[in-house]
Amino acid sequence: MEKFNTHKGVVMPLDRHNVDTDAIIPKQYLKSISKTGFGPTLFDDWRYVKAGEPGMDHSKREIKEDFVLNQPRYQGGSILLARENFGCGSSREHAVWALDDYGIRAVIAPSYADIFFNNSFKNGLLPLVLSEDDVDALFKAVEANEGYELTVDLEKQQVVTPDGETYSFDVDEFSKYCLLNGLDDIGLTLQHADEIKEYEDKRKIEAPWLFA
Amino acid sequence: MSSKTLYDKLWDAHLVRQDEDGTALIYIDRHLIHEVTSPQAFEGLRIAGRTPWRTDSILAVPDHNVPTTNRSEGIADPVSRLQVETLDRNCVDLGITEFLMNDPRQGIVHVIGPEQGATLPGMTVVCGDSHTSTHGAFGALAFGIGTSDVEHVLATQCLIMKQAQNLEIRVDGQLAPGVSAKDVVLAIIGKIGTAGGTGCSIEFTGTAMQDLSMEGRMTVCNMAIEAGARAGLVAVDETTIKYLANRPYSPKGELWDRAVASWQQLHSDPDAVFERTVRLDATRLKPQVTWGTSPEMVAAIDGVVPDPDAEPDSVKREGMRNALAYMDLQPGMAITDIRPDHVFIGSCTNARIEDLRAAATTVRGRKVAAGIKQALVVPGSGLVKAQAEAEGLDKIFITAGFEWRQPGCSMCLAMNADRLEPGDRCASTSNRNFEGRQGPGGRTHLVSPAMAAAAAVTGHFSDIRKEQG
Ligand code: SF4
Repeated sequence: MEKFNTHKGVVMPLDRHNVDTDAIIPKQYLKSISKTGFGPTLFDDWRYVKAGEPGMDHSKREIKEDFVLNQPRYQGGSILLARENFGCGSSREHAVWALDDYGIRAVIAPSYADIFFNNSFKNGLLPLVLSEDDVDALFKAVEANEGYELTVDLEKQQVVTPDGETYSFDVDEFSKYCLLNGLDDIGLTLQHADEIKEYEDKRKIEAPWLFA
Repeated sequence: MSSKTLYDKLWDAHLVRQDEDGTALIYIDRHLIHEVTSPQAFEGLRIAGRTPWRTDSILAVPDHNVPTTNRSEGIADPVSRLQVETLDRNCVDLGITEFLMNDPRQGIVHVIGPEQGATLPGMTVVCGDSHTSTHGAFGALAFGIGTSDVEHVLATQCLIMKQAQNLEIRVDGQLAPGVSAKDVVLAIIGKIGTAGGTGCSIEFTGTAMQDLSMEGRMTVCNMAIEAGARAGLVAVDETTIKYLANRPYSPKGELWDRAVASWQQLHSDPDAVFERTVRLDATRLKPQVTWGTSPEMVAAIDGVVPDPDAEPDSVKREGMRNALAYMDLQPGMAITDIRPDHVFIGSCTNARIEDLRAAATTVRGRKVAAGIKQALVVPGSGLVKAQAEAEGLDKIFITAGFEWRQPGCSMCLAMNADRLEPGDRCASTSNRNFEGRQGPGGRTHLVSPAMAAAAAVTGHFSDIRKEQG
């Protein structure tokens, strides 16, 4: 997993609430058995005029000019600004892989759906939470200033605006540690293999039908 | 000892270890696997040189991508075929039990787990699919996980989690005839919203929940995720235990007796504290129909499409406008004037035998209306299909003009050939009405099986209470 320390990038405003994972990556692309290559089909239905299929040359498809990812001023963006309950719907991690493959390193929103939130950390994508008012202020700033960039500092848990204004955010210690160090949490869990075995031994006596 | 909620009991029983900040390792008893969210997990495991911790906890089945016609000829779409073959190969290589596509027990993962007795009270159940919440109907702690967590459970039999909050949704009173579990859960989501349960485990309580069959409870828990909760729960009672007796994976003999004794503890203690309680009066519930592109956008059958201009919250207002434009509906239009051109009876929400019986009762002796281009019945599993055929339900549907298909997810998410075309409007018994969910540009109205059947034979949404009257 890629480490996340500080990241500076152009902000793309996606002004919709309850953005669901079907919108982030439509199901026809879930047939892949690999984790990469989902970037060109991120937000596929909103981004292109006609529905796409896996295996197409997406660079040749007709785009919806006014969709945020297609606007010249947001090209190369790597921070997505979103509204409440971002990532609701299915458990598909493909949604995170698509954001990541597109080049997005952080999402800023007032709230997320639980599974999406959890999946993001596992892939080095930082889903950070700011208050609704702060997010609103950022939407206004992004729309008013072309090329608007933010700096996300995970160590300090701060978002820094071009004027040096800062917004603090909370992040759970364990997730922060894993992200800062690019750590695979399976390795971390396996350090506790003895405790897992001990638990199993106890459970086999208490509830043997679970092991039948 | 302090009083505990059912969720807290399940959590405590599965706690392997916990750090000071609350991060915990939770042991997983049952891991269900399907073809869409597992390939990258198996690949990750292989690349890291790891092996599964406990293969006997795993049950695999292909369901999302499988065709629902001519299945003995294999899968025509090469991309879907590769995904199913990848699952088959991973299961053979690692010695994992899989119900293959043409096995009579194959079906939607959330239908076959309970049907086989592979989901038991007191278990932790996970699957790389958000509707794993279904299994909570058995007093099991069940939730959907992403692919990284599928890999994590494969490798360690555990998940890293934090304890959720306890939300109680209490539904008391008797449901009117024609009002089903699906209407209850749609009404709940309409009330608390799609983010209403975020960060929570929901326990559904009250006399209306106790009166529901296991299948009805599964329908309710299935959609807990649409209310933003990762898990839904119903306490164990006689209904639960009766359902599980003599299922293939259920414990037998002396183990059964011991298991039942332990399952009888699986309810919230009388004075357990929930962070929040929401109450609904079952006697007032009416059949529900969604009108928008989120399950919370729902109205009663005798209601109208709401007017965004009357919504004070600007973000919500915009969401409603987008939804109505996408759905091609006008504010003020009667729900009964909406005319679907497709009907889909299926999915892990509503494709069990009782669902098919309810739909067949409405359809019996009638014909699919002229305006309906396609009406599909897709049973949730091979065993449901066989049971329905034994009862002659297939004949009722076919005579009426429905197509009778082979089991799978089908048009619930349209990963196989079953899908809507742009602009098509569908009365669907599934659980998500997101844009494009049933096919790009397709429009979905979520309803109960009886309501879907009524729409099929009348050509518009109709009040099932009158249809059955
Ligand atoms: S039936 Fe639909 S919701 Fe259920 S598992 Fe299949 S795709 Fe998911």
